[in-house]
Amino acid sequence: MRIGVFVCHCGSNIAGTVDCAKVAEIAKNFPDVVYADDPMYTCAEPGQAAIEAAIHEHKLDGVVVASCSPRMHEATFRRTVERAGLNRYMFEMANIREHVSWIGKEQQANTNKSAELVEIAVAKLRNNRPLAAKTFDVTKKTLIVGGGVAGIQAALDCAEGGIPVILVERESTIGGKMAKLDKTFPTVDCSACILGPKMVDVAQHPGITLYACAEIEEVSGYVGNFSVKIRKRATYIDWEKCTGCGACSEKCPSKKTPDVFNEFTGTTTAINIPFPQAIPKKAVINAQYCRQFTKGKCGVCAKVCPAGAIDYAMQDSFVTEEVGCIIAATGYELMDWTIYQEYGGGRYPDVITSLQYERLLSASGPTGGHIVRPSDGREPQTIVFIQCVGSRDNSIGRPYCSGFCCMYTAKQAILTKDHLPQSRSYVFYMDIRTPGKMYDEFSRRAVEEYGVEYIRGRVSAVYPDGLGRYVVMGADTLLGEPVEIRADMVVLAVGIEAAKNAPALAEKLRISYDKYGFFMESHVKLKPVETNTAGVFLAGVCQGAKDIPASVAQGSAAAAKALALFARDKLENDPQTAQVDARRCVGCGKCIRCCPFGAITETEIRNEKKAQVIETVCQGCGLCTSTCPQGAVQLSHATDNQILAEVNALCR
Amino acid sequence: MKNATDMSQRHDSGFTVEVGAQSGQKLSACYQCGNCTAGCPASFVYDRQVNQIMRGVQLGMKDEVLDSRAIWLCLSCSTCSLRCPNNIDVAAVMETLRHMARKENRVAVGNVEKFWFSFLNTVRAFGRSWEIGTMALYMMRSLRLFTDLDLAPEALKKQKLGFKPHVVAQGGASSVTRIFKRYKERAEREGVRP
Repeated sequence: MRIGVFVCHCGSNIAGTVDCAKVAEIAKNFPDVVYADDPMYTCAEPGQAAIEAAIHEHKLDGVVVASCSPRMHEATFRRTVERAGLNRYMFEMANIREHVSWIGKEQQANTNKSAELVEIAVAKLRNNRPLAAKTFDVTKKTLIVGGGVAGIQAALDCAEGGIPVILVERESTIGGKMAKLDKTFPTVDCSACILGPKMVDVAQHPGITLYACAEIEEVSGYVGNFSVKIRKRATYIDWEKCTGCGACSEKCPSKKTPDVFNEFTGTTTAINIPFPQAIPKKAVINAQYCRQFTKGKCGVCAKVCPAGAIDYAMQDSFVTEEVGCIIAATGYELMDWTIYQEYGGGRYPDVITSLQYERLLSASGPTGGHIVRPSDGREPQTIVFIQCVGSRDNSIGRPYCSGFCCMYTAKQAILTKDHLPQSRSYVFYMDIRTPGKMYDEFSRRAVEEYGVEYIRGRVSAVYPDGLGRYVVMGADTLLGEPVEIRADMVVLAVGIEAAKNAPALAEKLRISYDKYGFFMESHVKLKPVETNTAGVFLAGVCQGAKDIPASVAQGSAAAAKALALFARDKLENDPQTAQVDARRCVGCGKCIRCCPFGAITETEIRNEKKAQVIETVCQGCGLCTSTCPQGAVQLSHATDNQILAEVNALCR
Repeated sequence: MKNATDMSQRHDSGFTVEVGAQSGQKLSACYQCGNCTAGCPASFVYDRQVNQIMRGVQLGMKDEVLDSRAIWLCLSCSTCSLRCPNNIDVAAVMETLRHMARKENRVAVGNVEKFWFSFLNTVRAFGRSWEIGTMALYMMRSLRLFTDLDLAPEALKKQKLGFKPHVVAQGGASSVTRIFKRYKERAEREGVRP
């Protein structure tokens, strides 16, 4: 074998603490190494050209590059050697930047370690074999989990691009949190008016199949060929027949049902359609409050339904969809702010969340858009907004900023002045974070044009004054004094958390999530939409706090990734897969049981049971390799022989 | 008007490190939200608010912090520590500052220290506190002869003030006295004001 070694300086990144020329010199003594060099930037165009030239000139049939992490440039150099006519797996990388120069300062030790890492790579390369990818068919269909604005945008973009979409929504209607908002910043246009048409487009687009009241039960398969089992929760109404006329909820006697859509600011009927623009506009029965279910008799809705759609015996049903990629857009929830006893811990009716305030502001809300106190229905004169409730609070394990509260608080204060011109609004804030287009101008308008009093400081206590109002005690740290406000109403800008079942979904999708339950992107800066599982993309707040424009942008970005994936008719697998040596296999089936991807099946060779790997399904995790008691399963490109050669090189 | 504070001259990073080490708190975690000030029940008499004290410590402004009246008017109720979003025990920082100020003989509100001594004297003598004795000693030390005298009739009526001290029985009082003695000896050894 003829091996070439390239020890990269990476500018001063590596050369600063590693004698690269010496490493190259040492490498010349390793077996089969016929050429060694130490280029300044190996990944740059001249560096890659030099590798190609060396392959031709010295008739190399294997290349080692000692530089950065393979996560950074392995793909780059594989393409380089491929251009020069070598198989891409006849290349090895030694990481002497992240594993050496960035972590140690001593030049002599670093140089020695680098030489050893190169020796290991050479030993591995001597045992490498050319590998070839297999191609497989792609199911050109996208499944989107979550029908908020991010999921809606991704669905519409995919469908417009000609890719059929399955949209799965947990609630009975799509629209997500945005459907609950009254107006949106910084333009103060009506949320329902700009989201409504998009929701209708989803309903009417022939390429989109919508499952509402549905959740993901199981996911199997791999990029290009996922199989997703969806649980359709019982709604007790045959949606094929339901016309959304609303006759049922008019006559429903259970009128004390908590109104989830209105954030519990009012009550609704046990059978209802959450809001007039709901998509799908179908009724759902809340079995916890329906008299037919709780008392065993009622049946009013079944009598009045002109379509005969009511079905009290309905059970959850399942449907399985085959898709090529999955976009997670599961959004967020507000954190449980009642842990804050200083704000009353939920005991005071007029201390409400910002999302509840949105429902009070909204014309389709429980008060028809009139701001009134939940306790007595009076118009409030003094309203205090408290920001950062459950955001940036390490003591409750939420050190992150929820991102959009500064802006919606400014918006709500402005709208309050529009609704109640005589009212006074106060905002307690820590910092104002408004880094968006027209954002800071907007929050300044709240102060300069609408006379909102911004108080730099925190609130320490909210308690009733016994006369129907609330005392808000706090501090103005700019003034350096304690302050006190008598308020009629207190609105808490409650911070966000990941959707309740986000970690469970992440585990089904085999993607990572952070300790707060937000899904992890593949790279914070350069792969913000991809995950570490090929074919699973992210959109919206499920990945981290963001506002509507950013969610929409990420929805479109995820759709672009899906469309790019489906631009090819066939996908190539990674040939680093498990291989079964049929002569050694005893057919015990342990590998079949341990494979997380269902990539190993049973076959018969001359009447003997044997394991067989489906190469396009195998993800090369290596579990079977370490499970097999016979050593019959070997992972290509990480075989026992290759690993032992590396160990030998180091320990000799 | 006061000249601008020259931050480059003022910064005494040794002071910041010292306060951090003695109090065991990570002072750089404070991001000045003001929760401590908002919750402080004594803030209305402070010359510098709690968050300003914390800022002063962060900036190493030793004189401003140790000479402040606020650290002496602190009630040690620990509401600041409870409310801190960054888990800083602010009350421990205030306590540390009082210790440092006493070591350097710069007690900004002497009457507070005199009250402590008056209280501790009765504990040393009887093993537990004696309110009227504390009052009398404090009045003599501080020369505030009529302070809070208006509260006395009401307190007497409710039997909150006993004319005779409660002495801890079975040698308890003298055991407590010995603790005080040991402390005094140690203070003298280490050159700290007892």
